[in-house]
Amino acid sequence: MARTIHSLVLFLALAWLIPTGPARAADDSLQARIDALGTGGFADTAKQIQALAATGDDRVVPALEALLAGGLYVRQSDKKVFITKKAEGGFALIDPLTGRTAGTADTFAVKKIRVNNRLRRELKAALGGLTLLSKDPAVRLKAAAAVFKSQDPDALSALDAAILKETDDRVREAMRQARAAVQLKSDVPEADKVAALKVIEERGDRDALSVALAAAAQTEGAVKAAAEATAKSIRQTLELWSAAQNVWYGLSLGSVLLLAAIGLAITFGVMGVINMAHGEMVMIGAYVTFMVQEVIRTSLPGLFDYSLLIAVPLAFLVAGAVGMAIERGIIRFLYGRPLETLLATWGLSLVLQQTVRTIFGPTNREVGAPEFMSGAFEVGHLTVTYNRLWIIVFALAVLFALMAVLKKTPLGLQMRAVTQNRRMAGAMGIRTSWVDAVTFGLGSGIAGIAGVALSQIDNVSPNLGQSYIIDSFMVVVFGGVGNLWGTLVGAMTLGVANKFLEPYAGAVLGKVLVLVFIILFIQKRPRGLFALKGRAIET
Amino acid sequence: MTLRLLQGGFDRRAWMFLAVLFTAALVVSVLSLTTQPGHPLHVPTYVVSLVGKYLCYALLALSVDLVWGFCGVLSLGHAAFFSLGGYAMGMYLMRQIGTRGVYGDPVLPDFMVFLNYKELPWFWYGFDQFWFAALMVVAVPGVLAFVFGWFAFRSRVTGVYLSIITQALTFALMLAFFRNDMGFGGNNGLTDFKDILGFDVQAGSTRAGLLMASAVALAFGFMICKALVNSKFGKVLIAVRDAESRTRFLGYRPENYKLLVWTLSACMAGVAGALYVPQVGIINPSEFTPANSIEVVIWVAVGGRGTLVGAAVGAVLVNLGKTVFTGVLPEFWLFALGGLFIAVTLFLPKGIVGTWDDLMARRRAARDAGDGELRGTAPQEAD
Amino acid sequence: MSLKSSILYLENVNVSFDGFRALRDLSLTVKPGEMRAIIGPNGAGKTTMMDVITGKTKPDSGRVLFDETVNLTRMDEAEIASLGIGRKFQKPTVFENHTVWNNLLLALKAGRRTWDTLFHATTARDRQEIEDILDITRLGHLRGEVSANLSHGQKQWLEIGMLLAQDPKLLLVDEPVAGMTDAETAETARLLRDIAQLHSVVVVEHDMAFVRDLDVQVTVLHEGTAIAEGTLDYVSADERVIEVYLGR
Repeated sequence: MARTIHSLVLFLALAWLIPTGPARAADDSLQARIDALGTGGFADTAKQIQALAATGDDRVVPALEALLAGGLYVRQSDKKVFITKKAEGGFALIDPLTGRTAGTADTFAVKKIRVNNRLRRELKAALGGLTLLSKDPAVRLKAAAAVFKSQDPDALSALDAAILKETDDRVREAMRQARAAVQLKSDVPEADKVAALKVIEERGDRDALSVALAAAAQTEGAVKAAAEATAKSIRQTLELWSAAQNVWYGLSLGSVLLLAAIGLAITFGVMGVINMAHGEMVMIGAYVTFMVQEVIRTSLPGLFDYSLLIAVPLAFLVAGAVGMAIERGIIRFLYGRPLETLLATWGLSLVLQQTVRTIFGPTNREVGAPEFMSGAFEVGHLTVTYNRLWIIVFALAVLFALMAVLKKTPLGLQMRAVTQNRRMAGAMGIRTSWVDAVTFGLGSGIAGIAGVALSQIDNVSPNLGQSYIIDSFMVVVFGGVGNLWGTLVGAMTLGVANKFLEPYAGAVLGKVLVLVFIILFIQKRPRGLFALKGRAIET
Repeated sequence: MTLRLLQGGFDRRAWMFLAVLFTAALVVSVLSLTTQPGHPLHVPTYVVSLVGKYLCYALLALSVDLVWGFCGVLSLGHAAFFSLGGYAMGMYLMRQIGTRGVYGDPVLPDFMVFLNYKELPWFWYGFDQFWFAALMVVAVPGVLAFVFGWFAFRSRVTGVYLSIITQALTFALMLAFFRNDMGFGGNNGLTDFKDILGFDVQAGSTRAGLLMASAVALAFGFMICKALVNSKFGKVLIAVRDAESRTRFLGYRPENYKLLVWTLSACMAGVAGALYVPQVGIINPSEFTPANSIEVVIWVAVGGRGTLVGAAVGAVLVNLGKTVFTGVLPEFWLFALGGLFIAVTLFLPKGIVGTWDDLMARRRAARDAGDGELRGTAPQEAD
Repeated sequence: MSLKSSILYLENVNVSFDGFRALRDLSLTVKPGEMRAIIGPNGAGKTTMMDVITGKTKPDSGRVLFDETVNLTRMDEAEIASLGIGRKFQKPTVFENHTVWNNLLLALKAGRRTWDTLFHATTARDRQEIEDILDITRLGHLRGEVSANLSHGQKQWLEIGMLLAQDPKLLLVDEPVAGMTDAETAETARLLRDIAQLHSVVVVEHDMAFVRDLDVQVTVLHEGTAIAEGTLDYVSADERVIEVYLGR
């Protein structure tokens, strides 16, 4: 067997070097060879498989895989071979080379090509050889991963050959790991197995752990001890990574909380206005994003990737304008009456929700993700999705931009002046009522921006805001009212705490525990983490 | 002494309220039981339950008015106490089903059989006894409120902070009760009740009885509140509401006063919930939603904060509106409710009863001035 | 200064808020039955001192003793009030929604626990006491008036009346004549002198004419510490006091 593959590899190596004539002719001959699979007995089929493997062309892989899975059929009328899928009243036929659909056939018009155990081994070897030596590194990587999973001893020699030939470091690494996994399953000397365990340990993920555990269970003596040590070491690494993953998820959740809470840190934290309709400002931002995408989809499809960039300023303006209207229309009559403000803005939130429900309907609206927000990459054993990463970056950017506005601009100076001593500010010629409206607009606008980001990870529905309102208040209160750093620390702490509790308590109970913790915390430190002290605060 | 407490300051309005309450409850019950469908004066059973439901809401509103109107504690978490009382009653009603459930298990309620419970969780023990359930209806909300209030009031959490954590409390409970493994039926809650104290819950006579029970509970709660706020205790409460730190310098401990009223209020809410459940036939975790709590506050605000009667009136009026609106224009109910929140806080801060009082006072003042009789402020024993 | 025979004894009291030292090593002794005036410019720490004595603010260090033995730094406001220390605030703070009568009733010396007030019955003696205070403070004709409707001066007097109703051993009176007319000021001085015959009193005041009217020992506070003590004439001659008040 091993010899066969060896010679096969040699042949393939040659085939690689020798240009294979016009593609068209090659296609024809491949087609003929595949069709040949449908004729003759098992022995003939075996020969055809070897011949196909000998082409070294990975386009034959689907056909061989289908054969292995029992999905390759021959059409009785013209003896052509097809990959089939079950369809109504028979089979859908798929061209084995092009992957295109080629009509349908009823159950009696096609015949399954049978395989026995010998053929299966033959097929696996051929597939292993073909895929491990494919021209496409991605295919080779996938093949190596498949071998790692199956740990099929038959693949060992193909792997050896492939490793020798491999030029891509990443693929070679995967092949070495696959080889190690196979070695642990086959009859190789103990020293080789111990060496293989080292490779497995380097890999260090959950699959590596199960390989090491299986090895520990199936072997004796030195190898068993080594395997156990490896398993232990991998487990520790994994725990570390899972902690890191939790921190990452926690930061990600924290950034969502931060986004939802920053606006509130202005309206509630700086102005002391309890805006229960804050969540609805977030919702408005999300719906603005939806509208922007709708317009782009219908009239300017090319701009889709910029839809969020367009939505951010728009959402800020729309939510900010709504916020200013609310301040002028309702809240300014209720300054100094926080509980009444709470009730009025709650009523407002009901009205806003119902308005959106009336216009856009009660169901979720689809907001798409632009190119740069989709996909993921890996850092060690950590999967980082781009949308989460961008949201963290975005949340921090918004926070720091806001801090800069408060610290560096004349508007920020006036805001601080008005909130600290309204009458004095008024005496100095600051239009306090205008500053109130603008401050509230700013807080609402930021909530709108948050809505743009949240539309990427949450359902855009009229209830979107409601799910954030309690969390946002918790963050602001926990972090300490009137302190943006406190809001940052509060959001991140709560996010991480939530994610660390989840594995032990489940998502819901984890959230409940966090809420209970905050309730107790507020009682201990009613002014939050970063509380201002002094006589002025008391009154 | 208690008698003294009860006599104190039962004004004309209080008697009128009680009279109207019992007349309405009696008329509805009697008409429903004595007339046949088709009779012009017939009251269908669902109306009886509807009125009973309103009275439960009124009792809930009363409990919120007690803490908000007289003590300045704006609770956004009274739905929690209401629901806990409701669940305690629901558990009793579940145990009464016995073998009549779908699975016919003599002990385990249907949902437990469905979720493969092997035996009754410990916290379900005793709920087959009415007296025990009745005790829990008061005790569970009471103890929760006591513990919560103990921490909150001692650490001097006040104002909106307190409101927000009460909201978090009911939110946390809602999330917890939605879980199947809490042992309270998950998001389906408790339902399919058969009978209460041996009477069929569906029967018209039972419904009438429940309505009367609700009326009695409301009257009783009203009298307790009235006695409380008329006593010196009530004066301290108002002092705490208006200038909490000042009362400390007089030697009072506001936290103790708040704690007592808060706990009492939670117990009242629990009773309201317990009477509510058999009349609507279901209790599920959505009763815990913070939105429900806030809605109660608006009933009180509409009726008039700090007037007791107003709370009950507001609860009935708003819910009547809700029933009518959701029947006729369901989409507009939230607009109406939201608008109500805004309009009342902006234009009717004292509510219906408070505004009425102001009007009356002004008319009296105008009349006195018209008499041309300049009396000094009458020395009045405000005891 | 000595601890012996003092109603109020402060020793090296320090308080700071976020780095700002409101009180630094403040020491002060008030003898039983004494009336003491505290003067000092804005920010001298007068109100903070009152806060420390009444338990609103906890000192960072130092001793605060009442009646020679009772350590006030460990107690909260209600406990201290129950000991017999009454306070009138700078800004008159009365219960605005209560009538004058009920304000006094709430202040009247009686059980403060929830149980006491739940089953409280006003006795003839209580009524008499309230009547007496209404006479002293000249608020008799306003007894049924809601206190929100009182004038500023009437509120000040009502608060003094509430202090009397508490019958404390020590009264802390913060700026009792702020915003009063001259006539009212003179009346208040008379009232305080009357009160001082039976109680120990500490008065914080800006108004020098008023302090002169009181004719008592004066302590001058500056930047959180006592810089001079004696009769008004004596402290007025003190160089540091002149410097503080007139600037350089």
